[in-house]
Amino acid sequence: MSVNYLNHDKSIKSWLLSLDHKRIGIMYLVAVALSFLGGGILAILVRTELLAPGQTIMSADAYNQSFTLHAVLMIFAFIIPAVPAVMGNFVLPIQLGAKDVAFPRLNLASFYIYLAGAAIVLSALAVGRIDGGWTFYAPYSMTIGDSILFITAGVFVMGFSSILTGLNFIVTIHKMRAPGLTWNRLPLFIWSIYATSIVQVLATPVIGITMVLLFLERLLGIGIFDPALGGDPVLFQHFFWFYSHPAVYIMILPAFGIISDLMGTFSRQQVSGYKFVALSSVAIAFLGFLVWGHHMFVSGQSAVSSVVFSLITYLIGIPTGVKVINWVQTMHRGSVWLQTPMLYALMFLFTFSIGGFTGVMLGVLAVDVHLHDTYFVVAHFHYVMMGGNVIAALGGLHYWWPKMTGKMFNETLGRIGAALVFIGFNTTFFPQFIMGTQGMPRRYYDYLEQFTNLHVLSTIGSYILAVGLFLIAGYLLHSLFRGRKAPANPWGGLTLEWTHTTTPPHPHNFEETPIVTRGPYDYHLAPELFQKGEGDGFGSEVVSVTPSSTHSD
Amino acid sequence: MGENGIWLPDASSTLAGEVDALFWFVFWVSTIIFAAVVLTKLWFVYTHKRKSQSEVPQPVHESKLLEAVWIVLPTILVLIVFTWGFKVYVKLYQAPPDSYEITVRGKQWVWEYEYAEGVLTAGDLYVPANRPVKLNMSSVDVLHSFFVPAFRVKMDVLPNRYTSVWFEANEPGEYQIYCTEYCGTAHSGMLGKVIALNEEDFQAWIQEQSQDLPPVELGAQVFGVQCAVCHAIDGTQKIGPALNGLFEKERRFTDGSTAIADENYIRNSIVNPASQVVEGFNPVMPPFNTLSAKQVDGLVAYIKTLE
Amino acid sequence: MASHADHPAHLQHHFVSSEQQFDSAKMGMWLFLITEILLFSGMFVAYTVYRVWYPEMFAGMAELLDWRLGGLNTLVLLASSFTVALGIHYAQVDNKKGLVTNLILTFVFACIFLVVKYFEYSAKIEHGIVLGDGFAPHGVSHGVDYASFDVPMAQQFFSIYYVMTGIHGFHVLVGMGLFAWITVRAIKGEFSSAYYTPVELCGLYWHLVDIIWIFLFPLLYLI
Repeated sequence: MSVNYLNHDKSIKSWLLSLDHKRIGIMYLVAVALSFLGGGILAILVRTELLAPGQTIMSADAYNQSFTLHAVLMIFAFIIPAVPAVMGNFVLPIQLGAKDVAFPRLNLASFYIYLAGAAIVLSALAVGRIDGGWTFYAPYSMTIGDSILFITAGVFVMGFSSILTGLNFIVTIHKMRAPGLTWNRLPLFIWSIYATSIVQVLATPVIGITMVLLFLERLLGIGIFDPALGGDPVLFQHFFWFYSHPAVYIMILPAFGIISDLMGTFSRQQVSGYKFVALSSVAIAFLGFLVWGHHMFVSGQSAVSSVVFSLITYLIGIPTGVKVINWVQTMHRGSVWLQTPMLYALMFLFTFSIGGFTGVMLGVLAVDVHLHDTYFVVAHFHYVMMGGNVIAALGGLHYWWPKMTGKMFNETLGRIGAALVFIGFNTTFFPQFIMGTQGMPRRYYDYLEQFTNLHVLSTIGSYILAVGLFLIAGYLLHSLFRGRKAPANPWGGLTLEWTHTTTPPHPHNFEETPIVTRGPYDYHLAPELFQKGEGDGFGSEVVSVTPSSTHSD
Repeated sequence: MGENGIWLPDASSTLAGEVDALFWFVFWVSTIIFAAVVLTKLWFVYTHKRKSQSEVPQPVHESKLLEAVWIVLPTILVLIVFTWGFKVYVKLYQAPPDSYEITVRGKQWVWEYEYAEGVLTAGDLYVPANRPVKLNMSSVDVLHSFFVPAFRVKMDVLPNRYTSVWFEANEPGEYQIYCTEYCGTAHSGMLGKVIALNEEDFQAWIQEQSQDLPPVELGAQVFGVQCAVCHAIDGTQKIGPALNGLFEKERRFTDGSTAIADENYIRNSIVNPASQVVEGFNPVMPPFNTLSAKQVDGLVAYIKTLE
Repeated sequence: MASHADHPAHLQHHFVSSEQQFDSAKMGMWLFLITEILLFSGMFVAYTVYRVWYPEMFAGMAELLDWRLGGLNTLVLLASSFTVALGIHYAQVDNKKGLVTNLILTFVFACIFLVVKYFEYSAKIEHGIVLGDGFAPHGVSHGVDYASFDVPMAQQFFSIYYVMTGIHGFHVLVGMGLFAWITVRAIKGEFSSAYYTPVELCGLYWHLVDIIWIFLFPLLYLI
């Protein structure tokens, strides 16, 4: 076996102190997967409690803490770092033709800062309650005890990790591109990580200072947010959403990138509207800073602000909608290959569209008054976050799994897993839209009899979803030990990680710096790549393709 | 199942129908576009399925016209929806000048209402039907949010400023109230009903409330709306201890001390609950210092009668 | 690609050239400074909001801040920015002595800044003007009756004052650490016209600390 990043040094120390972006990516994968497992178990507990009205398996306090911790883990420890820190770290430098990110030490530091932040947040459990939802609205969050000190400190620290990762990626994308890799030839995954990084760098400091103020508010009683001390709770909401709405784009933009790459590779066709898809990600990143007030239509902010925020919200909705159409169009006159990663991409188009349309409904002022803070919002949020980010991340994980591990997973189980996720996800969350319109408020431990059937359905869905996710974890882990050896380019991808490096990649990614001569999805310029045979076995050696014709954008 | 099928509850206020019309417009436009996108997707998957691994399709040049359609059409649609939503929102926002006004206070975990006639109640909100009602709301502790799905109205209730909602119930009836801003342990118990009455019935109700009730009856009434969320009277432990058979018994507190439950103990537990937390319970009860002296007397008298 | 023989010692393996490494470091620093500005802008927003809500109160409270001390600190920081710029200039022309002298001067100016700040803080804390719960102005000194500042929202003004200047002071402290570190490296002769990236980056950071003070001073002390 040739030398690769996994086998060149197997000591534990060489992992924990590794400056290699690929190993750091894998370490993030493990950490993020554990957070997802923790958050997922809490979600199952929450859903089980809701099987029947009244107390089912836990007390009201235990329930309130469960949903809060579920959200904190899933948002700050899982979904924000998931795609950028795992796949961004692993794939981005290779797709750029670089040996590493611009600041490898900073990259390793980000990982440990992330772990430290997560540890601080979890240590709050030892001090007192973690209560109040992930939004930690003042003044309620002031009443839960000293645990809020740990939560704010932990979120602040994790924010640093996010900032440093984004900063690292922006510089890497600007300064480390291989010769010939112009901005117009960047894979769309890079574009989306670029847009994400901008948001991480610009928005996260604001949650940082908000957390500092909340921390001091609890510790010293400085009275910026707590009305009992002369502060203003609506100001906290403005600060909070100024970060947290852009943060939603930290969560969803990387998913757009994965879906674009999957659509290109598995349709073997140029991604429709490449420039639009690329630049609209950046545009969405900036516009995302101007819509935070749409979380506050019934918060007591002025009616004029609500109207302005509603209007700008639609400006974001339109490019997002056009992207979906572009992805569908990519399949048109393509050559669609229905492997597991592509199934996730197709699933994404379904679930994310539902998330998008319900988002438009929530942006309609008069309708939002009714739907705000109900299960409709819970369902919308999960359709965008889980139906968007997580399903795209699963697609990306399956897509890059052979590259990361050198092993192929079982395709049949992959399809069964995808089907279970699809059925489980929709069964869990679609009934919540219905409950929401009927008025079922979110964060409710107990509920009225009339909602019982829909809650039971939703809980059953969550069990199916859990079975699907455990199945996926099972066959992926199994493939590490028993999986077939993966070829260099199992899916027929055209970006540098598939065409110019081994599987798994060389410790320095490339034997020699690649020179890029075509766009990321110019499959028609590389027909010889696809002549080697049927199925997913072609190209087991490193393939270097130098097309005869020159590329035009 | 009502007029809206499985989706919205029946529209029971003058404006609810307008909100629903908008909801259904967005709903159906979204459903049609969504169905078109999904069907197109499936059609492409079916018709362009890969036939051989060496297949490499030629790039497609996109039609600029089609691109323009994707952008212009949704823009027009959302502008319609925005304008429409804005118009209805303005109506939801501005109460008619002749509204009947009620002061509402949110507090962990009960709604209190104060009428111009001097009546003070909690839990269920009695209003006249077929007449605009404006609620002037504030909170005595954390954030709450006042939500009546049947009327399609909701507004956050804040500790440091007044907010308001208004509605006009179409006909007499009972409509659910929820608190929709997370407010702590018994957030999901912070419920109530809007009870809309005919004008005569409503006036009669106001008259009846203004009359003096005997202390025990008054206490029972206050207990039902203020205390029953957390305290049972049949021996079961809820968020707080059960209150039956409590009078003149010894109480043990979290700090290990004990006291006999006399009138003063009960009164103190109501107005300053944190000073004596019964063993096995969390110090979550807020002080009920907005109750009138008469209401506290009534509660003490009522709790004494519980066995 | 350059062979290993002509790799300078400071060039990390994943960069192609010193120029690429320097450009990357500089861009990274600029991005970091942007995050710093956003961190402070959160505070500036809080300041603005409260100022708009309670204009007279804010104007009144500012009287308690000594503009002469604030002005002195402004001059001190401006001087330190100048010495940093000079230091970078000396690094570029391979003048080690000039570099070291100016780095030490910058460090000293930062110390002066913090000493002045210490006197400002302690004069207030002595009279019960503290951050948070214990806020209770009392006593008279230099003809100022502190008790007259015990009015609603005064606490908010001083909370914002302490948090903003405190976070800024923390940045000054970090800057002193950085300058101590690069001064030692400069004495060891690690910098030259071919490689002075750390000096330039610390300089950029220091200019930002300076600029933020330029905004804090008039907002808190003067208007």
